[in-house]
Amino acid sequence: MADDKLRQEELLRIDYKPAARDLADPSVTFKKGTYSHGAPLKHQKYLGLPNQREWQPTDADWKLPQNWKEIILEGMEKLLKRHRSFRLYLDICVRCGACADKCHYFIGSGDPRNMPVLRAELLRSVYRRYFTTAGKILGRLAGARDLTEEVLKEWFYYFFQCTECRRCSVYCPYGIDTAEITMMARELLNLVGCNLQWIVEPGSNCFRTGNHLGIPPHAMKETLEFAVDELKGITGLTVNLPINKKGAEILFVAPSADFFANPHWFTLLGYLALFHEIGIDYTWSTYASEGGNFGLFHSSELAKRLNAKIYAEARRLGVKWVLGGECGHMWRVLHQYMDTLNGPADFLEEPVSPVTGTKFENARSTKMVHISEFTCDLIKNGKLNLDPSRNDKWKVTFHDSCNPARAMGLLEEPRFILKNVCNHFHEMPENTIKEKTFCCGSGAGLGADENMEMRLRGGLPRAHAVKHVKEKHGVNILACMCAIDKASLTPLLEYWVPGVEVAGVHEFVGNALVMKGEARTTDLRGEPL
Amino acid sequence: MIYAILSVLFLVGVGWVGGALGKLNLFFGVVVPYAALAAFVFGFCYRIVGWARSPVPFCIPTTCGQQRSLPWIRHDKLESPTSNVWVIARMALEVLFFRSLWRNERVEIKGGGKLIFSPKRYLWLGGLLFHWSLAMVLFRHLRFFTEPIFPGLAAIQGLDGFFEIGVPSLYMSDILILVAATYLFLRRAYSPQLRLISLPTDYFALFLLGAIFLSGVLMRHFFKTDVERVKELIMGLVSFRPVVPAQLGAFFYVHLFLVSILVAYFPFGKLMHAAGVFLSPTRNLKNDSRMRRYVNPWSYAVKVHTYEEYEDEFREAMIEAGIPVETEGKAEVKEMRS
Repeated sequence: MADDKLRQEELLRIDYKPAARDLADPSVTFKKGTYSHGAPLKHQKYLGLPNQREWQPTDADWKLPQNWKEIILEGMEKLLKRHRSFRLYLDICVRCGACADKCHYFIGSGDPRNMPVLRAELLRSVYRRYFTTAGKILGRLAGARDLTEEVLKEWFYYFFQCTECRRCSVYCPYGIDTAEITMMARELLNLVGCNLQWIVEPGSNCFRTGNHLGIPPHAMKETLEFAVDELKGITGLTVNLPINKKGAEILFVAPSADFFANPHWFTLLGYLALFHEIGIDYTWSTYASEGGNFGLFHSSELAKRLNAKIYAEARRLGVKWVLGGECGHMWRVLHQYMDTLNGPADFLEEPVSPVTGTKFENARSTKMVHISEFTCDLIKNGKLNLDPSRNDKWKVTFHDSCNPARAMGLLEEPRFILKNVCNHFHEMPENTIKEKTFCCGSGAGLGADENMEMRLRGGLPRAHAVKHVKEKHGVNILACMCAIDKASLTPLLEYWVPGVEVAGVHEFVGNALVMKGEARTTDLRGEPL
Repeated sequence: MIYAILSVLFLVGVGWVGGALGKLNLFFGVVVPYAALAAFVFGFCYRIVGWARSPVPFCIPTTCGQQRSLPWIRHDKLESPTSNVWVIARMALEVLFFRSLWRNERVEIKGGGKLIFSPKRYLWLGGLLFHWSLAMVLFRHLRFFTEPIFPGLAAIQGLDGFFEIGVPSLYMSDILILVAATYLFLRRAYSPQLRLISLPTDYFALFLLGAIFLSGVLMRHFFKTDVERVKELIMGLVSFRPVVPAQLGAFFYVHLFLVSILVAYFPFGKLMHAAGVFLSPTRNLKNDSRMRRYVNPWSYAVKVHTYEEYEDEFREAMIEAGIPVETEGKAEVKEMRS
């Protein structure tokens, strides 16, 4: 811990005054702790990605294809033709600087290239050089620069230091979305085979086994059975566990981290308890065993390849509609992309809650409902017997995950649930929640251990907002609805705000839920009630 | 910045010489404005068409408020719109009142690791004053372009010159625009972060506009120009029957030349943000992607890992674990196709 304190002081020595380094000169140092490993050959092969080779960003020779420049520029032209957002956002920025201190990485690092405007400028400068007349003629004077290997390295470093959280796009007067720019930059980097282990490996696992963690069907069944056993130990009830059940009414898809990781596990127990209590006819799937989609952090093509399983499995099993668990970027894909990528889901029915009869009209085309929409409808209709005092040892705050907040608008549903299942709920400061929420610092595939310094820096603004409510209200747990949040906020808070735990919203639901015939003495964590 | 100053000074010089040498009046009074206008129309269309030709493949609004979900949860129609009317309202607030900039705040980590938020609305104020004053100035200029004078113009003009300071009376918008432009420049020049992100074109646009404002104000209050003759020239241009009145003065030609440059430059630089903002997909799309299917025009089939391929790999283990399968029995394991 003494070491931690020392390092904290070091991390907090942030200088926002940029060194006068000409932007036209690219240079990047791969400092340990601030970048992630390159994708392993095995997984590049499995997915059939371009320029397959063993490779690390620290290698002097990146083993790029001979004509890599052509490949990138052709790729850029193609993306410009395919995405209005890309062309427009490269063109219309006026460099007003409003976005600068909105990025958690800039706030936490002070590195000027982490200002969204400069991050985009890394790409814009190359766009100007090869795709605009002014840039072709005036070069540097027009803010243009040549595409060199150094520039490519800079792209790699900084576009894998953006979590695609969209906070800057809330503040930009033109709505310029750095997430779009970063996605395009990553598409380009993919073309020459430069992507992260932490993105490509889960992607390849998911392609093969149906989930990021690479859990084969029998192991998934085992872990779910283990959860059933644990729940029996806690409640005395044996909940049912339908897997790959044909003809079920609802297919339930959760992020696969819920099957293993901590504190995700308690959310899983919460889901199981809830589904048992309301007696719905649902099923898990081993094939569509992942709601998350690391393809999104790679390319729209991989996002589509991975996402296809959900509708395919819904069709095979003959369910009526799909319910989705607690996850952040998963819901970016499900809400904004899935229907476009793999729809239309005309073989499914418009979702209706079998318990309350409520029609989820907002999901009438995609046919996929968020678990918090589903649960808050149950609570509103008085279908759950809740005892919020069982969560009394927790003083709870809620962290909005970037994607549900800024790419979906799911803000009130989880709050309604929390206020009904907990007695002590306190909001963090207004400028750090809802559409202004701060990223955990590990989204968009940047959650690798080797990237820890950057993650701690990026998560600093969030951690400090938590610290604020800890000091003010004695908050001791942070609720969230994202698997990456659960995984990354746990070490983050341990580091910056020790004494604050992390939990999923449905863990609190599972605790407060009074089940018929139960005999409980502990909460879902096995701690006395 | 130096390049930007030099280029604007050069342009001022060109305009001055053009005005002073009476012989070139036809060129600077007629040819240049027409050429500038042509460049503007061509460039503007070119850029808009260029943007419009790229499709918007996904429905990606940035939601800044509660989605429409269950009927009893208050839907933020403005910041998470599901209808065109509310998209227009959202866009109108953005374009007319810079709603997103209004949110601006400074965030810093200060000693002891405290996160300090402080509202920072000067940029919003400066931007708003700048653009609204510009609109006012442009509107006032309509008196040179319309005969009879545009209705309502006199009233606006009266309002703008309400305080009746000096003769002719000083327009508030003239003062405000100079103040706002100065602020925008100082901000760029003094903040180390802003200086770092600024390109020569950012200064160029500011200096060019500044020079136009200054020459305009000087012309009105100090180096009086014959307004009737100016109108003669402009009405000639507008009616495509150009005349070149004598003795308009060098100041007028500086002003006119700089405006011509601005008009010609407009579509090719950052000033196109004025048009681009309307096309921004994070602001002009509805948050209804689960209600209505959004279609990607260039969507193509991709290689997927089918359930059959999956079951082929794991069938034995699935049967052993008691997970239902499609094909019972030990099927031949096919080689994986992916």
